[in-house]
Parts: sequence; C-alpha cells; structure tokens
Amino acid sequence: MHLLICGGTGCTASQSLEIVDKFKAELKANNLEDEVQVVKTGCFGFCEKGPIVKVIPDNTFYTEVTPADTAEIVKEHIIKGRKVNRLLYLDPKEKEHVSDSKHMNFYKKQIRIALRNCGFINPENIEEYIARDGYAALGDVLANNNPTATIDIIKKSGLRGRGGGGFPTGMKWEIASKNHADQKYIICNADEGDPGAFMDRSILEGDPHSIIEAMAIGGFCIGATKGLVYIRAEYPLAIHRLQVAIDQAREYGLLGKDILGSGFDFDIDLRYGAGAFVCGEETALIHSMEGQRGEPTFKPPFPAQEGYMKKPSNVNNVETLANIPVIINKGWEWFASIGTEKSKGTKVFALAGQVNNVGLIEVPMGITLREVIFEIGGGIKDGRKFKAVQTGGPSGGCLTEKHLDTPIDYDNLIAAGSMMGSGGMVVMDETSCMVSITKFYLDFTVEESCGKCTPCRVGNKRLHELLDKITQGNGTMEDLEMLRELSHVIKDTALCGLGQTSPNPVLSTIDNFWDEYVAHVVDKKCPAGQCKKLMQYVIDPELCIGCGKCAKDCPVSTIKRTDYIAPGHKLASMEIDQSKCIKCGACQAGCKFNAISVK
Amino acid sequence: MNKIKNLSDLRKIKDDLQNKIKLRENSNSPESVVQIKVGMATSGIASGAKEVMSFLIDELDRRKIDAVVTQVGDMGYCYAEPTIEVKKPGQDPLVFGYVNTEKAKEIIEKYIINGELVEGILPANYQSID
Ligand SMILES: Cc1cc2nc3c(=O)[nH]c(=O)nc-3n(C[C@H](O)[C@H](O)[C@H](O)COP(=O)(O)O)c2cc1C
Repeated sequence: MHLLICGGTGCTASQSLEIVDKFKAELKANNLEDEVQVVKTGCFGFCEKGPIVKVIPDNTFYTEVTPADTAEIVKEHIIKGRKVNRLLYLDPKEKEHVSDSKHMNFYKKQIRIALRNCGFINPENIEEYIARDGYAALGDVLANNNPTATIDIIKKSGLRGRGGGGFPTGMKWEIASKNHADQKYIICNADEGDPGAFMDRSILEGDPHSIIEAMAIGGFCIGATKGLVYIRAEYPLAIHRLQVAIDQAREYGLLGKDILGSGFDFDIDLRYGAGAFVCGEETALIHSMEGQRGEPTFKPPFPAQEGYMKKPSNVNNVETLANIPVIINKGWEWFASIGTEKSKGTKVFALAGQVNNVGLIEVPMGITLREVIFEIGGGIKDGRKFKAVQTGGPSGGCLTEKHLDTPIDYDNLIAAGSMMGSGGMVVMDETSCMVSITKFYLDFTVEESCGKCTPCRVGNKRLHELLDKITQGNGTMEDLEMLRELSHVIKDTALCGLGQTSPNPVLSTIDNFWDEYVAHVVDKKCPAGQCKKLMQYVIDPELCIGCGKCAKDCPVSTIKRTDYIAPGHKLASMEIDQSKCIKCGACQAGCKFNAISVK
Repeated sequence: MNKIKNLSDLRKIKDDLQNKIKLRENSNSPESVVQIKVGMATSGIASGAKEVMSFLIDELDRRKIDAVVTQVGDMGYCYAEPTIEVKKPGQDPLVFGYVNTEKAKEIIEKYIINGELVEGILPANYQSID
C-alpha cells in the first residue's frame, strides 16, 4: 500500500508534514513500515478540502485530515480494511460520501498532462520522476541529435504558450534557433503574477524535474547551454524543491557537461523576483534579471532577437514547459488529438469564487464553462444563482450565462471579450456587484502599473476614479461613456501587455452588465446590494414594536423614536437618520422582529 | 550515485525503479490491469480475508502480474466468505467464494494466467461494488 500525502503549500500550512510524521510513527508502532510506503507528494488540486491523504491502490481520498486522524486511518483502513467514512469527501449535491477519487466529479472530467505527476510522485526524489519516464524525452532528443526535427514535433503538436499570450511554442523555438550568437538562453517564466493563479507554483512544487527536463530539451533545440528560472521570492517551497531537483539532476549527470554522453552541456540557475505583476512581462522580466528596473521595453526587438544580456533568449511559461516531455514521449499526434482546432492539449485553471469545489484543475481545451463550473466545480455554493465567471485575471473579462456553453479555448475566450490569461477562473453568484468587482481589478492594475508609460499610469487611475464615483452613487451617464472611451485609448496606446489589457474588465462588464451600471448611475441602486453608499437600512414602522434595541446597538446613535404607534403596538416605532447612517448593519443583525431591511 | 552515462543506462535505471511506483500507476488506470476486490467486512476478516489479500498481493507481485488488489466492504455472500471478485481487463467480473490461500493460488494459475474456469464461482446476483 502507498499513502500519498499532499505536501503543497496549502496543505503544509495545515499540518500535512506533521501528518506524514504521524503516519510513519503509527505504521512503525504496528510493524507496517515495510508494507506501507508513505509518500509526500505535490498538490492534488483539491486544496479547499486539504490536507489530502490518498490511499493506493484503492484510491480512497481522505479530506481535511488532521494529525489526530492518522491513528484511526492506520487502525481501521490499513489494518482492518474499513474506510474511515467521516473523512471521505462529501458530495455537495448528493450529500453522500464518495469512496474514492475515481468517483469524484471533481476529477472525472480532468485530463492531467501538465499536472501528471503532481500528487503522484515525491517531488524531492528524482528516482520517482525517472520511474515515470522522466528524462526519457531528453534522452531521446539527445540521441536523435536533430533539433529541427524536435522543434517540428512541438510545432505539429499545436502547443501554445500557457503564460497568457498563446503564442505557438514550436514557432518561438524555431525563431530562437535561427538567431545565431555565441551564447543563447532559455528562460522559464515562473513569476506568476496573476492574483489567484497558482498552477505554476504547484507544478514547481509537485514536479520540478519536468521543468528542468523541458528546459534542457528547449536549450538543445535552440542552441542554448544556459537556462534561467525567474521565480518570485514569495514562493519559498517551490524554490526549495526546484533547487533540490537541480542538485539531483546534476548529481545524476542530467544537467552539467556532456549530458547522457551526447556532448551537450546545459545547466540551470535561479533568479529571484520581488513579486511584481509587470515583471512577468517578458521584457520587464529580462531587465529585472539583468539587475535593471523591472520595466518593459518596446518590442521589437523580441527576446528571441535581443534578450538576456542582449543575447537571443527564449522565454516560456512553467505550464508550457511541463507539457514538453510528454509531447516527446507520447507523440505530437496524441497531443494534437486533445482540444479544439486551434488550441491543443489541456489548460490548468485555478477555480475559485462561489463554487462548491475550488482548487486547481486541468481540463481539455474545448470543455465548456458549464462543465467546469457545474460538474467539476459542483455548482454554485449555497444553492445561489450563477451570475458571471471571470477568466484571465486583471487582463481578462467577465462572461455570463450566455457564454456557458462556449468551448473554452484561446480564440473563443477572446471573441467573447475575455481571455485565457494564465488560467485564473473566478465564479460569481448573484450577490456580486459587477461594478465593484471591476473596481477591484483596477485596484490591482493601478497598484502594479510600473508607471513608465502615461496611458497605463494615469489612464488606469482615471478608470479607477470613475468606477469609484459610480459605486459611491455619484456617477452619471457621461461617466459611462467616458469609461468606454478611455478604455479604448489605454488599450491602443499603452506600452506593454499590462496596460493594453487592463481595461478589459471594464469593457467586458460594460458590455455584459450594462443594466447594472445604469442602475448605479440612474436609479442610484446596487442590485447586488454590495455598494454601501447605495444601500439604505429602513425600519418598517408596522413591524417595529418600538423596543429600542436597534438604537442601543447603533454605534453612531443615528436611530431615534418617532411619534407613530402602529395598530396593536404599545410603543412608537423607531427610525434611521439616513444622513448619518454608516451602513454597518448592526441594527438589522440585532432586530428580533425582522423590521429592518436593506433597500 | 554514479552519473547516468547514456540513454540505455537511463532506460535500465528506469526499469529498476519502475516497481517503486507501479502500484500507483496501476491504480491510476485500473481498467487496464487485473482488478481484484477482497470482501473485508467484519465477517470476511474473521474468516481470513486479510491473509488471502496479503497472499494475493505477494503472489501476483512475485509472478510479475500487473494487478490492483483492493479491499471492499460486505459483498453480500456472507455464507461463502472469504469472497473475492476478479476482473480481467475487458471481461466481466467473476466472484469466487470460500477463498483460502490455496484457492487463491489456483485462481491465479488457472483463471488469471490461463483463462480456465475454476470451481467456486458464485452466481452473479449483484453488481460490482466500489
Ligand atoms: C503584465 C504581464 C504579466 C505577465 N505575467 C506573466 C507571468 O506571470 N507568467 C508568464 O509565464 N507569463 C506572463 N506574461 C507573458 C509573458 O510576457 C510571456 O509572453 C510568456 O512568459 C511567454 O511564455 P509562453 O509562450 O510559454 O506563454 C505576462 C505578460 C504581461 C503583459
């Protein structure tokens, strides 16, 4: 038997390392340490219900395990063969415990390529990676000694960049391979600045060797002997695992001089970023690595022409690279058979927001938003209604009910007014105010704009001010026109991708939720009841018995007694002075007669 | 660790290491290997199901047969315990009753390896359980 215990950032934060130790001790106490392997793996993706413990071979999937549960799992499941029901996943719809991961809706529609080893192998053990065909692709590529043929395989596979742009990876490699120089670089972009996205971190934590192998293959193809990983210092566990993996690969001769007797030299170094969104943009990233300010520059020249230290450089995203070894091992035909016409393979999404199952999922391109949200995600929390789904993070947009059956791929998402981005996916229900959400994204871009170009520095600030004005109840119809016009100007004139996409949340919500903007501006109402300035707490004089509790609860003493006594009541009813109300809701929470409501 | 010198070295090491994770790979795609479920309710355990299960695991491993052996609850054949269900890839599952280690050996040799039927098959009056 094997016990797989998640050692990703999320689960270790809730004591999964203690769980590993406790299991080892329990097994030893029962003389089972030889029969049962305890393996600390990378992320299973089902982070909300972590820590996760999976039992092999029956695939039993225990959730929210605590160190105190280990004794019971050993005694009941491992010794007596009876599953510990209370720790099994509870299906939100059926309200039944699910026996194993194969029967969980969360996993049924997933195809795990980039995440193939996450939650499966011990990432700090190169032997488990090798046992899973690790470094076999590199071995093949080096033995065949034909970079052009390898690039051709990547081209035919249809793989496109997972960092957001969706540029065909094979073509990028080909361009870099044709630019001659004494030194070239292959760079892995592990900046992962999109708030909410954590697929790159999970891959580096759960399967670091796949990135090392892919970088070596890329290096061989474009003629680079040096690889650099740009990773944010905020990812200490990923950095640690990657460093351990690099050291092991060197020890095994899979990095360094004359790899596998091919004569090819390749090694990898890490470069740390401070965690700025703009530093994920490839030119800014390169400047940051050179010790310059992390600011973008105009393209061309592209990194493939003039990149790190002015040498031809190829920048790829972590998830893009994670696909490479599998494509070589299984063939481009296999990869190209998954997905849609122009988007092949899978995409990892960080599913978040108001769905029952949040976590990291990998799905084939072409799956619909409905399948992701209602099957994998298990539907909207607390039986509420679906309202919108945001994809692409601060560069993307909000999609609605009418997009639910659109197959997800690069081109369809753009056509619908959003984008793939790095794979953030936030589901919103009817209690979300779209103007506030849009303002939230602009908060982020205003904060993260590097300030180099005026459209982004000043324009985004103005967008933010307009949105703020609208949520305060001071907006006008002219402001809505201004939002639209300014958005287009910023898109057309900003220097880099940050500014060119930052108005997308504004434009997509104006298109899809126009009525909600108008309600804020004309009726001075927030339909979702989120904008405090547009809310009024009102006491119904017919229901109010005049007990006066609300007046005592009110922190700003804005509730007074009126002269009106409702029929059947003894005391006069209470009333809120709207001009002084701070909308804290204390009166409503305390009223036992449901006399206070929000209008 | 000595450096891996070439591709065939790498392949050899992979073959040696394969066993470490074979169990995980098989349980990832159980439909492609022999699946055996051992009835492990209290009555099954009392009648020796645990020993049969250990025996099956060791014996299949020794004979290098790719299989996933799991335990399930009551299979509904209490009278015939210990019971096991055997499902070969692409075939319908069969349930055997009164399985002790000897019987288990016979099932492996005759049914799993050679596809011959052996005595002790119980009538199929239930659906494969998970
Ligand atoms: C503002 C901005 C932020 C970006 N952040 C990232 C990031 O965090 N990770 C990433 O891989 N690509 C990011 N990109 C895209 C990179 O510029 C580049 O296109 C990508 O790393 C190329 O790799 P790929 O072709 O494998 O996707 C960002 C782009 C922009 C404009």
